[in-house]
Order: sequence, then structure tokens, then C-alpha cells
Amino acid sequence: MSTATEEKAPQQRKESFAEAFLHGLWAANTVTVTILAVVLALVIGGILIIVSDPDVMAQYGYFTARPGDALQASWDVVSNAYASLFKGSVVDPAAVSDWISGDGSWERVFAPISETLTYTTPLVFTGLSVALAFRGGLFNIGAQGQAIVGVILAALAGFLIPLPPVIHLIVALLAGALGGAIWGFIPGFLKARTGAHEVINTIMLNYVALYFLTWIIVQKGIQNPDRTDAISKPVDSSAQLPRLLGDNLRVHAGIILAVLVTWGVAWLLNRSTLGFELRAVGNNPDASRTAGISVTATYVSVMVIAGALAGLGGANMVVGSTADALTPLVVAQIGFDGILVALLGRVRPWGVALAALLFGALRAGGNTMQSVSSISLELVTVLQALIVIFIAAPALVKAIFRLRAARAARLSTSLAKGW
Amino acid sequence: MTGVSTITAEEIAVAPVETGFWTRSRKVGVGLAAAGVLAAIVFGALATSQTARFTLSEDAQGAALSIDGTFGAILFGLIAAVAGAAMFTDRWFPWLLGVGIVGFVLSFLCWQISDAPAGQNFMPLVNMVRGTFLLAVPLIFGALAGVLCERSGVVNVAIEGQLLMGAFAGALVGTMAASAWIGLIAAAIGGAFVSLLLAIFTIRYLVDQVVMGIVLNLLALGLTGFLYERLMQTDQAKYNQPPHFGSWEIPLLKDIPVLGPALFRSNLFLYLALILVLVVHIALFRTRWGLRTRSVGEHPTAADTLGVRVLGLRYRNVLLAGVVAGIGGASYTLLLYSFTKNMIGGKGFIALAALIFGRWSPTGALLAALFFGFADQLGVYLGAINSIIPSQFLAMLPYLATILAVAGLVGRVRAPAADGKPYIKG
Repeated sequence: MSTATEEKAPQQRKESFAEAFLHGLWAANTVTVTILAVVLALVIGGILIIVSDPDVMAQYGYFTARPGDALQASWDVVSNAYASLFKGSVVDPAAVSDWISGDGSWERVFAPISETLTYTTPLVFTGLSVALAFRGGLFNIGAQGQAIVGVILAALAGFLIPLPPVIHLIVALLAGALGGAIWGFIPGFLKARTGAHEVINTIMLNYVALYFLTWIIVQKGIQNPDRTDAISKPVDSSAQLPRLLGDNLRVHAGIILAVLVTWGVAWLLNRSTLGFELRAVGNNPDASRTAGISVTATYVSVMVIAGALAGLGGANMVVGSTADALTPLVVAQIGFDGILVALLGRVRPWGVALAALLFGALRAGGNTMQSVSSISLELVTVLQALIVIFIAAPALVKAIFRLRAARAARLSTSLAKGW
Repeated sequence: MTGVSTITAEEIAVAPVETGFWTRSRKVGVGLAAAGVLAAIVFGALATSQTARFTLSEDAQGAALSIDGTFGAILFGLIAAVAGAAMFTDRWFPWLLGVGIVGFVLSFLCWQISDAPAGQNFMPLVNMVRGTFLLAVPLIFGALAGVLCERSGVVNVAIEGQLLMGAFAGALVGTMAASAWIGLIAAAIGGAFVSLLLAIFTIRYLVDQVVMGIVLNLLALGLTGFLYERLMQTDQAKYNQPPHFGSWEIPLLKDIPVLGPALFRSNLFLYLALILVLVVHIALFRTRWGLRTRSVGEHPTAADTLGVRVLGLRYRNVLLAGVVAGIGGASYTLLLYSFTKNMIGGKGFIALAALIFGRWSPTGALLAALFFGFADQLGVYLGAINSIIPSQFLAMLPYLATILAVAGLVGRVRAPAADGKPYIKG
């Protein structure tokens, strides 16, 4: 029953070309399911847009008399919304033609990509955090709390310690990682020491962190003295990540850091001793213990590293271009989104990075969809949740589309350990 | 079989196999004694000699229990310390723990009340009790939803989503039908809708239950938020002005001092919550359905062998849980407010904490919910008297208490054995 952690260990030996090709075809199932899941989610999202639009629904009142009107109106509102989603996340054709004809600037062409990458960055970190813990057999629902503690320490280092530019940034990032690591250590330690289930403890610690954040923001020396609302002092510019494409575009060096960290996590998982032990413990703790691996020590280090990753994601929210000060909602939903990203990325480091890119694009496009087509940004949350639901149940997607491939690339997340 | 059915999971699990001098009781005793002494010294020193009054009404008027602030803080702190010391006898652990915690809280209150601004050195007990129960209502519903799910072996992390969907459906349909009762039914269906997804995906498609719960919370958040902005914000009068249930007085009971005005001049949802606790308790431990539910949650294979339809029972219980949580969600929109985005705001997770803290039993969940409700209400009260204790730290209390509980510091917490494990026949 709880054997569903198959396919964790990637092949270590060299594959022949034929094997590699077959492997790729087999993996294509994963890609197929992912694409179809996105399509299904968009279809359901379209239905939601239609039924929640009183004008369009009015057309359905005389559907039998003039079906064309209703269908045309439905098509217009949905295609308009999804066109905005695309224009806001990938590229706006109008901006490109303006640029070619010399009327527009290059910045407008790259603005959507810049926004997408800006939203992608923190999700890579939290997604990796959840994925790494998953591989070690732990379900880290606490990425949200770890990101919150990370953002607190990063911001404090960012405006309380005066340091020269580059060093200040490094110190702030390390402080963020440290904060997350501390918050990850607690459930890891409790799991190792008392067997307390990490799912329960990480959920609880999320809220402890949130209340701590709302408390610390309004303390003297932390709160912005010019403001009466709950906002901290801004992080010094010496602790800010540099922007990559000039001051008008928000994309910042965090995305480079995210790629490096993805590479690092991939190395850690697949090439290092700790990674081997981590995967062994994730697959079968009892066998690992018999083989001489310290399961408890592995649990603690997994959670510390996962926490540090989430903490980095949190730090990104104040040293990047998203915000420069603490507010109660400064980390938004990045921790919870990280869970979805990890699942969508099949708990593999590069898969997580790609999944984060998709989620970042949805989020960036959602902003445009809200401002241009006045479709609430909440639709993006719905789409993200639906995508992951379909991903998590590949059997359902296959049934809907009558796919023949029986050997489903089953999601390896069914840890199914309960509490 | 009735004899067997009364043995609960906890009773088996709690059987203490402790050796050596430092039993759990003695360890906790040391902690409690230290906390009591500390309370007596610190709270005693900080308290003023103002009289702390616990009035038996809603304001400063009427009869009251009065005690000198400094004296009270020291006295109750010492009571807690003595209770802790008494734990060295290794007996009466739950009672001593109760006395110790109450002593500690009273010591703290004596300090706070005596230290309040002039003229506010009183705590209206009726208000406190009423607030505690009202704030506990959604927690009770949510935790009961958890009991129903998890006792039959399905982890319910989606309580938050079920409450939210219930609140939303109650507001929407209640407004459109202009009837609170129809709204209540719609809320139950809304909660059951989230449950249905949970059931189908975890039981039929074997998706990990915690994963599904988390995703469903986000789905409910997005769905209600989206429809709120599309419908409710554009036309409040048409979609989001739900009719409210008024308060109902219960004859005779309402005349009991303190408890009467606090509990029995209340609303439908509180009565329903308290009745449901009783019903679920009896059903779970005294009926055939309950025995089957618990057996499916502990050892589905054995239950299957004996002819229990494991999956059918799980479907039914998960749906029932959604109905209960949906009604709990309606207590937000069909009682006082109209719907707003994310209006549950984490209460579903406190309900989850109450479920775990109450050790997966209905009565335990009730007590835990009341404890968390009291912490919440205390935060409101301390805010009103300008206490130096930040409300955020009181808000953390339920979560910290749960962490301590699952870490084994306050007794053994054990989930149903098959909780979270999908059942595959074969």
C-alpha cells in the first residue's frame, strides 16, 4: 500500500541509445499528462469565466432561438481572457510589431518575460524545498513558515546591519537561509527525536511564523517610523539583488541564483553521499537503518536544507524587486504554491524549475488578465490547483482522453503514510 | 460486541510501559511546579494591589469574585506549583494537570486584571464564557469533520476548504433564495462538494490524502475568491446579503447564572455544535456504524474480511464530514457577516489542531476547541484592557500546544492506525 515511492532512484549506469530513447518515450507520458492537465484546467477555467459572467449567461436565456449569439459571446470572453494571460506572461504581438516599426521600446517586448521570471524565482526555491524533503520521505508543508522566518531575518539583516554592497546582499541571503533552516530544524528534530509527524508540526509552525511576523513588524526599530500601518523599514539598497534588464524591468539576479541552486540540489540529490542516504531513507527507512544509515540524522539534515531553501525563497521577496519591506503578506503564498510546484515538477530538481516557470507565467499573465480583461486574479489559483489535481491523478486524465499508454508515469508522491 | 466497542484506540495506546523514576507524570510535574513558582514570583511582583474582580455578568455590575491582585497572583501560582509537586505521586495525572493549568492561568489573570487601567480591574465572566463558545463553534464543526474522516482512515487536511466553501455557498444561495434555512442546506452541500473531490481522488484515484487536502484548500480559496469578485462584488444585494439566524433562548436553562446568559441565549449553530458532539460520540462508540468506522480506520483488511464495505464506508463518512464542516462554515455567513475573501483565515487549521490535540475523539475535540476558543477570547479581552501581552502570542497558543502534544509532552497522541493509507483490495 505504501509502496508508491517507486521510480525514485534514477538510473546510475550508462544507457544505450535505444534505452535512452525508450526512456524518453516513457517520460513523454509525464509530459503528455502535464500538457493535458493544463488543457483540462484551462477548459474548466473557461467554463467558470462563462458562468460567472451575467451578460454572457443572459445570452444563454434564448439559446434555443439563437445559439450563435451565446456561443460567440462565450468564445469572446474566454479567448479575450486567455489572450491576456498569454500576452502578460510570454509576449505581446502588438509590442513586437511596434518595436519592429520603431514605435515601441524593446522593454515592452521583454516586459512579460521579465514579469514571469520575477514570479518564478521564489517558487523555484520553495518548490525545491518541498521536493527535496519529499525525496527524503518527509512531507514539508512548512515551506510557507520557513519562507516567513527567512524573510524576517533577511529583512532584519537588510536594514539593521550597515555593510558594503555585495557583502550586505550575501549576508541578507544567508540570514534568510538561516531563518528557514532554523524553522525546518524544529520539525525535523521533533520527527527524529519523538516521532512527531512532520506534517502536523509544519502546518502548526506555519501559523506560529505568521503571527511572529505580524508581531515583529510593529515593534519599535522595525516598523517604518513614517508609517502607521504594519510595514517595516525598507531594506538598504546595498542588500538588493541587481536588476538584469535595466530599472524598468523587474527581473533580477535572483533567477540566476535560482538556476544555480537548482543545479546544486540536483547535484546533492544524485551525486552526493547525503543525497544517496536521503533517497535511501525516503524509499525505505527500515532498510536504510539496517544498512547503517542514521535515519534520524538524515531527517534532521533534510529538513534543515529544505528549510534553508524555503528561507532563500522568502529572502527573495525583500531583496528582489517584489517588495523591499516586511508586510504581513510579504511572502504571499509562495510556500503553499511551492507544494504544487514540487508535485507538478515530479519532485525532480529541473522538473521543479520548469513547473515554477509555468506557475510564474500563470501568475504574471494573471495580472494582465485582471487589468485588461477584468478577470479576477483568483482564477490563476483555481487553474494552478486544477492542474495539480489532474497531475496527481494521471489515471483520470488518461480516462478522459482515452490514452492508451497503460504504463503511467505515476506521480511518485503517494507517500501515503498518514499521520 | 458492545464490550469491545467501548475500547477506544487511545485506551489501548496509553497503557503506560514506563520504567525508571522519571515517568512522564514526574517530568511534567517538574515543569508545572517550576512554572507555578515562576508565576507566583513574576506575576506576583508585577501585579498591583488593586482588587481583581471576576464579575458574574456582562459588565462591572453585580456579584463578583474579588481577590487582591498581588495576593491572587501568588496564591494561584503556588496552587499550580503544588499540583506539579503532587504529580510525583504518579497518580491523578489528568486532574492535577487541569488544576495546574487553571492555577497558572488564574495567576496570570490576577496580574493582568489588577494591572489594567483604573476602572477596568474586572473580567466579565459571562462575556468570556460566551466569547469562548462562539469562537469555538467553527472549530467544533471543523474538528468533528476531521473526526468523521480520520476515524475511517482518510486524513482531512481540507477542513479549511470545506469551511470556506460552506460559508460561500451559504451566503450565495441564502441570499438568492432569501432564506437562511436554504442557505444552510446549500452550505452543507458546498462542504460536501469539497469532500466529494477529496473522496474521489483519494479513494478512487489513490492520490495522497495530505496532498489532496492541501490542493483542495487552494482550490476552494481560488474558486470562492474568483466567484466573490465576479458576482458578489459586482452585485452585493443580489448575491451577498445573506439572511441571518437570530438568537434563540432556551427556556429554564437560560436562567442559570453565568452559563445561562452565556450559553442558552445563543444561536442555532452553538446548539447544533454541542448536540453534534454528543451524537458523534454516541454514534462512534455505541453503534454498529461507529464500530465499523473505527475498524476501517484501524485495520481495513480485517474489517473487509468480516464483510464491512471499506470503500463505501469511507466515501460515506468523508461526505458526512463535508456536510458537518459546511454547516460550520455557514456559521460565518448566516449568523453575523456576509461573505468576504478567505474569511476562514486559518481557522480550519486550528480545527485540525483541535482534532489532533483532542486525540481524534469528539469530546476531546470539543475540549480542545474550547481551550483554543478561550485563548482567542482572552486575546480580545487583553486587547481591550491594553495589556502589554501581544495578542499575536496568544494566537500562537493553539499551534504551540498542538506541537507540544504531538511531541509527546502532554500525553501520547496517536492517530487511527490506517489514517492516511489508501485501501486497495487484494
